[in-house]
Amino acid sequence: MNLDLDEAALAFRAEVRDWLAEHVPERSLEGHAEHREWERLLAGARLAAVGWPAEYGGRDAPPLHQLLFEEEYHAAGAPMRIGQNGLFLLAPTLLAHGTGEQKARILPPMGRAETVWAQAWSEPEAGSDLAAIHSRARRVDGGWRISGQKTWSSRAVVADRAFGLFRSGESRHRGLTYLMFDLRAPGVSVRPIRQIDGRHGFAEIFLDEVFVPDADVLGEPGDGWRVAMGTAGHERGVTLRSPGRFLAAADRLVAAWNDAPDPALHDRVADAWIGARAYRMHSYGPPASPSATKLFWSALDVALHETALDLRGPYAEIDPEWTAGYLFALAGPIYAGTDQIQRDILAQRVLGLPRSTR
Amino acid sequence: MNLTPSPEQAQFAAALHDLLTESPVGVGPNRVGSERAGVWARLAGVGVTGLLVPERWGGSGGDPSDLVVAAEELGHHAVPGPLAESVAAVPALLRAIGGGAADEWLPELAAGRLIATLAAPPWLPLAADADLAGLVLHVTPASVRLARPGSCHPSMDASRQLFEVSPGELVATGVPAAHALDLGVLTCSAQLLGAARALLEASIRHAVNRVQFGHPIGTFQAVQHLLADVAVAIEFARPLLHAAAVSLTPPATTAAGDGPASGAAAGRAGVDVCPPRDVSAAKVACGDAAVLAARTALQIHGAIGYTEEHGLGRWLTKVRVLALAWGTPSQHRARIMTELARHR
Repeated sequence: MNLDLDEAALAFRAEVRDWLAEHVPERSLEGHAEHREWERLLAGARLAAVGWPAEYGGRDAPPLHQLLFEEEYHAAGAPMRIGQNGLFLLAPTLLAHGTGEQKARILPPMGRAETVWAQAWSEPEAGSDLAAIHSRARRVDGGWRISGQKTWSSRAVVADRAFGLFRSGESRHRGLTYLMFDLRAPGVSVRPIRQIDGRHGFAEIFLDEVFVPDADVLGEPGDGWRVAMGTAGHERGVTLRSPGRFLAAADRLVAAWNDAPDPALHDRVADAWIGARAYRMHSYGPPASPSATKLFWSALDVALHETALDLRGPYAEIDPEWTAGYLFALAGPIYAGTDQIQRDILAQRVLGLPRSTR
Repeated sequence: MNLTPSPEQAQFAAALHDLLTESPVGVGPNRVGSERAGVWARLAGVGVTGLLVPERWGGSGGDPSDLVVAAEELGHHAVPGPLAESVAAVPALLRAIGGGAADEWLPELAAGRLIATLAAPPWLPLAADADLAGLVLHVTPASVRLARPGSCHPSMDASRQLFEVSPGELVATGVPAAHALDLGVLTCSAQLLGAARALLEASIRHAVNRVQFGHPIGTFQAVQHLLADVAVAIEFARPLLHAAAVSLTPPATTAAGDGPASGAAAGRAGVDVCPPRDVSAAKVACGDAAVLAARTALQIHGAIGYTEEHGLGRWLTKVRVLALAWGTPSQHRARIMTELARHR
């Protein structure tokens, strides 16, 4: 066992650190135009998605380099990634299941944030029970017509395109097709939903006979559940909330405690740091159950921010840094499969317990 | 970058598992010293007692990552005895002291003919199982002395007894003992993780087999979710344990086999390490995971788990005892915060 980095990893980390030191904006970005500009800058340095093949704008970097990139990115306080639904959820699925034509057409503009992607999984009657979706895809000449309603679609308000599952057959799991569609196509309307933080983080999408060409089916028709579960693994795993985010937050929490030590919170601050370190060391190991990973980081995120608020005491409510992080953390145990769904999956698929009667 | 046991280490753990499965260390509540001593001969036979002893004193000259892999298996089988003391801390201490002390005791320890234990306040105010030990030490930052065992107190863990000791004849002064004591903490952490895994496995077996309301209780979400939480705690404690072992491993550039790893953190190109901080993080996480696993296991077993005959209590009591030995969770959290403040 060792925690050494080879020459290539050290050189890569140094390059990323230097580049971020030079380019991360002093003030926080405003509006999605500035965010798109930031993503273009990252892509220009081939840092938008280092794990992608070079032909699509990446560096063919191994997973360790992606973790190091995330650590440096968060340590530098760099901007939130407007392209993250595409970069972290769609791209891994495309690389696994997409055709050569799809990868070449979709990935490069995604990396440059010329196309920003939204996810369109949930429906009003299909939340935790995702396979219960009703939105339909009807076969037509040259493609599909999709109709129905999607909800909790992250970034649909600012995005250009979206991806999700649609019912193309009656079989609960084998009657679903993974489709990518244009949010500005005729028949699409997007209604923003204000979140508890006052932002329009997600939206409803209404679809009325929207045409989707065959070229925008990901995987085989009817195979969408299997294809999508690959993406779900990425969302639950390290990509969407990488250890880097927690390391940076834990360091800030420890610094805040050292500035104003409250003995009553000592152990909780230590536990937040231990949790972030555990997540980091865990990510360096072999790939693990995405459900275990998601359960760990969602609990860590809430506990860390609860501790920060308690430490700030009566000043917490006027501290936008920690309150924003806290409200963001509260979504973790819910989205991409609630903690309860993850415990079901972990118990039945990993621990080998019998199927639940619920 | 690699926190996974090597094929050789995995093989060693599997062999140890087989040995302990074939002839379980059936220690009941009787505290029979000869029975506990018999365990030692078997551990010596497979090379556990000489793991940290350099080859020139008859050991295998292993490193801390070899130690955690073996100690996890010892915890998995709830092996009794002063393991962290005799297999890890005392051999490392004697290496640091060197000279006649090393020549006299290291070969005996490696061969399993000698069992050692120690007291090292404030982490270890009492010496565990001094009745079994031919070598009892009293360790302070200033000195290492032979210790005279006094009153004996039976532990909540029926396989264990604690002894008050008084410092006696001087062995050495100015010994850098921190590294040796951290190896003891590391071993104790690995035992806790192994015990946690055993408790989870036993709970799953019981949940699959025990039928109530016409179904195995493992089909019930309330039971499944308790076990899922234990699995997460174990899954995320192990990387901290392995990282702590790396943290305590001297850099390959220094002369192998001699002296403590006081400069372990210096000059290594990679992820930041800090032995006291990293070892304490492992102890807290492994202890918390094991205590959760123990409480969950008892709840899932119900009354049968509360019986002496069932044997679950061996793991349950050992876990609760080891979680407080070699530094309490509070002491280790405090050490982490001290180290973080020092390096801010």
